[in-house]
Amino acid sequence: MELSALLLSRLQFAFTVSFHIIFPSFTIGLAVWLTALEAVYQGTGRPVFRRVFEFWLKIFGVAFGLGVVSGIVLAFQFGTNWSVLSRMSGPIQGPLLTYETFTAFALEASFFGVLVFGRRRVPPWLYLFSTAMVALGTTFSAFWIMVNNSWMQVPVGYSLENGAFVPKDWAAIIFSPVVWVRFPHMLLASFITGAFCVAATGAWYFLRKEFEAEARVMLRMGLFLAALFVPAQLLFGHLTGDYVHKYQPAKFAAIEGRWETEQPAGEVVIAWPNSKKEANDFEIKIPFLGSLIASMSFDSKEVGLKDFPVHERPPVVIPFFSFRIMVGCGLAMLALAWLGPYLIWKGRLEQSRWLLWLIFLSFPLPFIATLTGWFTAEVGRQPWTVYGVLRTADAATPFLTTRAVAISLVLYFVLYSFIFLFGVFYIYRLLQAGPAGALVTASHDATPSRPMSVAKTPLVNGQAQEARGD
Amino acid sequence: MISFWVAVLSVSILLYVLLDGFDLGIGIIFGFMPTEARRASLLQAIEPLWDGNETWLVVTGVVLWGAFPIVYATLLSAFYLPLLAMLGGLILRGVAFEFRDKAERLRWIWDAGFALGSLVAAFVQGVAVGALVEGLPMSDGQYVGGDFGWASPFALLCGVGLCVGYALLGAAWLAYKCEGELKDTAYRLIRFLAPGLLFFLVVVFAFALNKNFAVMERWLTRPILFLFPMVGVSAGALLGASVKQRWDAGPFITVAIIFVSAFGTLALSFWPYMIPFSITIDQAAAPRESLSFMFWGAGLFVFPLMLVYVVFNYRVFRGKNRPSADHY
Repeated sequence: MELSALLLSRLQFAFTVSFHIIFPSFTIGLAVWLTALEAVYQGTGRPVFRRVFEFWLKIFGVAFGLGVVSGIVLAFQFGTNWSVLSRMSGPIQGPLLTYETFTAFALEASFFGVLVFGRRRVPPWLYLFSTAMVALGTTFSAFWIMVNNSWMQVPVGYSLENGAFVPKDWAAIIFSPVVWVRFPHMLLASFITGAFCVAATGAWYFLRKEFEAEARVMLRMGLFLAALFVPAQLLFGHLTGDYVHKYQPAKFAAIEGRWETEQPAGEVVIAWPNSKKEANDFEIKIPFLGSLIASMSFDSKEVGLKDFPVHERPPVVIPFFSFRIMVGCGLAMLALAWLGPYLIWKGRLEQSRWLLWLIFLSFPLPFIATLTGWFTAEVGRQPWTVYGVLRTADAATPFLTTRAVAISLVLYFVLYSFIFLFGVFYIYRLLQAGPAGALVTASHDATPSRPMSVAKTPLVNGQAQEARGD
Repeated sequence: MISFWVAVLSVSILLYVLLDGFDLGIGIIFGFMPTEARRASLLQAIEPLWDGNETWLVVTGVVLWGAFPIVYATLLSAFYLPLLAMLGGLILRGVAFEFRDKAERLRWIWDAGFALGSLVAAFVQGVAVGALVEGLPMSDGQYVGGDFGWASPFALLCGVGLCVGYALLGAAWLAYKCEGELKDTAYRLIRFLAPGLLFFLVVVFAFALNKNFAVMERWLTRPILFLFPMVGVSAGALLGASVKQRWDAGPFITVAIIFVSAFGTLALSFWPYMIPFSITIDQAAAPRESLSFMFWGAGLFVFPLMLVYVVFNYRVFRGKNRPSADHY
């Protein structure tokens, strides 16, 4: 493929948005979990819950900060690289993102301040309420983003006037059935990410024989929540598949690796889709299962890619594999999320070092599943930016030069890698320091608008005071 | 409805310029500070506030997209490379804030990133204003200037001018915020930067007259436009007085008034254009359905709440920074 401004713009958007989603998908789940934890602490009064809460609040702060920093670029990238899209869909996407920014700013920023400063200044119920409001703020953010993206997947409630998408029915846009399948799917993904990271951290401490009281809370809460969320996620994943089947048949065929229309349709378990031959190499296929999965019947007719003209087909390899990786991660997580609680019930988890190792090593799975899920959704939507209405090739800024995008792509790559390395290293140090004795955490200059500063004091353990030079 | 969103946009831009202006300015001054102690107290003067200040840039961005999508699409794509530099600069200075404390030997990297990032961000904003005053190469409502269509001697001059302006605003904030040696330094800087800014304004004005920009004609036909510069001039005089009297809050208030009057001057001379002289406010505005959807939630309820939050935050951190002895 030629290295055009269009291709580089697509790569740049994919890179920056993938980088960004890592952090919110973690913090949304973590915020909800922190709320649950605080409620449990206030209900039982056991200090171990409080210590675990304070510990994860610090990690939340860092991840939240990285999410904010990496998100700024996205607010501008629609205009810089996709000016035709932002001009045409501005009347719909602009207001949705305005709501996203405004609600996030109002809820997250103000109540996060209470979380950092307020433990001793506000009554417990207000503290709990603030925790819930931060969680609600992150959830709202996710909601508006999902409304926005769902509209690009299945545009509704608009009319095309003078080259712009004019919103005609906001209720149809916000209450689109697609939103209410994909939003829970994303939300559950975040919950599972939070739960697995917490459980993995608990397992890690157990393996190192440290902080066992806190580790037990993390491991149990993380695994029990995962045991509930993962099956629910499989259900919503299936429903998401249904919407794709109904509204985006070409994407569905690409995910399935189905070239010919079949009746009844088989299910390709694994293969190498070959776009040149318009067939699969090395295919392993189970008869009837394709019809069963897609339409809940044994004899339904399922559309193949060849039914679509070549210029309306999505790329096949990426959706095909990323979907399978996502499902694979999901099944692996299901196994862990059920095996863990089973062994807890049997009272054997803490002795089963092999399972602790597996749980510890499983923390990348939810991130991989979230990313590959998004790859499936976004690459599968091609060649459209707004499905069926605006082609990606027509959505980009027309006068952008390859040189300009090459410069920006390299710069973002360097900058983001830099931030990411430091951020991850920083979180690692926090995890390593552990939750012990971290009862009073708010450093003097931590503020609501500087979430990362929450973690300042404990990380450097007093040497910082000298180093700061004041 | 359109005027409401023009107002929201103006307030957001003004808040951004005033608030992030002073902390970008302090970033610029930071680069010239020789000792760690001074640098640390500079940061202390803005630490709790800078991130909230930057939020107004994002607010400006999304309001522009939602309410005036054509302007959003046109300007952001026209300023592709400068915007990239600005965002890079802002990210660099943002993380420098967090990471310089954790670094010992490598602190100079973060310090350089902080100063340079601030300088670049300020410069780009000045260039953008300059390019708008001069007029972007537009044809039929489309930008036709290519990668460097915004670049001109005048725009670059404005870039330098805004760096001086932000540095002045930063120095004024320091005079308000600090005590002792740093306050003296701040006053020295103001004595040096204020005439500098005046000089730039005169040069910029002469340049514009000489080049006969389209904007200049409006000045001849709209005498009311001289109101804002008059306010600015009186604020300048007051600035001189407050420096003499050592009224610590004076410099910031008067410099802020100078910035507001500069904004007012520009806005009035562009009116009713958003991108002079190609796209008007009415042409750029999103359809009524979009504007009223935003109005009945974000505009009517959340926006005032955000303003209250800014006031609250500044009240909490008002007054002098206490000396470091009782800091912990």
